[in-house]
Amino acid sequence: MSFLEFRQVSVAFGPYVAVEGVSLRLAPGEFVSLVGPTGCGKSTLLNVAAGLLAPSHGEVLLEGKPLRGLNPAAGYLFQQDAILPWKTALDNVALPLVFRGTPWREARERARSWLEKVGLGRFPHHYPHQLSGGMRKRVGLAQVLIANPRLLLMDEPFSALDVQTRQLMENELLRLWQEDRKTVLFVTHDLEEAIALSDRVVVMSAGPRSRVIGEFPIPLPRPRDVAEIRLTPEFLRLHREIWELLRGEVMRAHAGA
Amino acid sequence: MRGLRLRLWQVGLLLLFLAWWEWASRTGRIDPFFFSKPSDIGQRIWRWFSTGEVYPHLYVTTLEMLLAFLFGTLLGVALGLWLALAPSAAAVLDPYIKALNAIPRVVLAPIFTLWFGLGVLSKVALGITLVFFVAFFNTYQGVKEVSPVVLQNARLLGAGQGHLLRHVYLPAAASWIFSSLRTSIGFAVIGAVVGEYLGSAAGLGYLIAQAEGVFDTTGVFAGMVVLMVFVLVLDALVGQVERRLVHWRPKAEGAQG
Repeated sequence: MSFLEFRQVSVAFGPYVAVEGVSLRLAPGEFVSLVGPTGCGKSTLLNVAAGLLAPSHGEVLLEGKPLRGLNPAAGYLFQQDAILPWKTALDNVALPLVFRGTPWREARERARSWLEKVGLGRFPHHYPHQLSGGMRKRVGLAQVLIANPRLLLMDEPFSALDVQTRQLMENELLRLWQEDRKTVLFVTHDLEEAIALSDRVVVMSAGPRSRVIGEFPIPLPRPRDVAEIRLTPEFLRLHREIWELLRGEVMRAHAGA
Repeated sequence: MRGLRLRLWQVGLLLLFLAWWEWASRTGRIDPFFFSKPSDIGQRIWRWFSTGEVYPHLYVTTLEMLLAFLFGTLLGVALGLWLALAPSAAAVLDPYIKALNAIPRVVLAPIFTLWFGLGVLSKVALGITLVFFVAFFNTYQGVKEVSPVVLQNARLLGAGQGHLLRHVYLPAAASWIFSSLRTSIGFAVIGAVVGEYLGSAAGLGYLIAQAEGVFDTTGVFAGMVVLMVFVLVLDALVGQVERRLVHWRPKAEGAQG
């Protein structure tokens, strides 16, 4: 049985139809990337999976049961900074546990080990504005992961980072993911990032009325290093193959914009 | 060094102004009957405090303004939170709030005197009508401007309504509320003093009205100076509390606010 399933999902904002008839299945522990040109409704699908947005047609199934309201299994790493600016790194990471009734002292203790896991062990008492963009993303990642969600939704989480920081974060993500293999739905417009990270890459057409137009399994061996894997012939072959399809959509999005 | 120099300039300006006032008054360039002079005002203030005759008045005014400040702020923050989180109630009440806020408060003083008598209560009521709206509008605005991403993130991390209020809405509104507190103090004093001025048997406003009644400009100015120092002290206190509670903000922003 698939862990998460989109069944003929359409989302309309008034007369504007963002996505139409999207069907997609994620197996437990699978890392799936959604790629597509800007404005193709990738984030919309993530919001539907998180339960922040109800589909106008179709439904989302979580372990076979239709999703109502917020998705209890999901952790969501947003594109923008979503951590609380008035809490320290440590308290931000501890917060999801506090929301679940853990006392602050214990929550902070566990948060501390998570901060160390994402390489921020030396900055527990820094406020977000005192941290760099990459460090804030790490806090966000630790904050999402400490609650141990079974489904990880990620919306271009690293798009605002410089290339080096980005590759560092991608490797870190893979390392953390390797530990317990959560199901991941990762949205990006960067095809290389999608291939380097995923088990499967799903290509969406340009919006409006965006839909799934291709699915590519990525049989690259794990564990991977995102910087090195980009140089392998297999990676280049996959890239060429998927780009063939994606390019047309990017052109269409450009022409539309 | 820079700070010291700035202080020297500030104090110098004050001394220069006072010296000019004193000189002009003594040499008859301005009429001491209408403008008094700093040395007389200083002596009067000294006498007020050394004989203790000002203390009952100071006590009454302090009591009135603190009560007005406290209840006005509490009511304003509470209603601001409620209406910001309940948009339909806000829509219904919107014209009433605008209409009530449109009343010039001074005209309420006589009616409050009729309702609540000549004592402390009528002044507190007048102060509340002033303070309430400042606190209300700032809280409302502060809650409305919470970043939607931060809010969604907190909800997905498992925050209930109580958690959201405590960890998201209130901290987000805090800087607005604090800037409103500093305005509110001024308004609370206005409420108290105007109320006293228009009808009372005690308080600094009463003292000033009495002095004015016998063309005692020295007394009027002395009352004004005491009030001014009083408000400055309170404002500094609120500033201290603010710095402690809103210390997460980046410095540049803090300097603006």
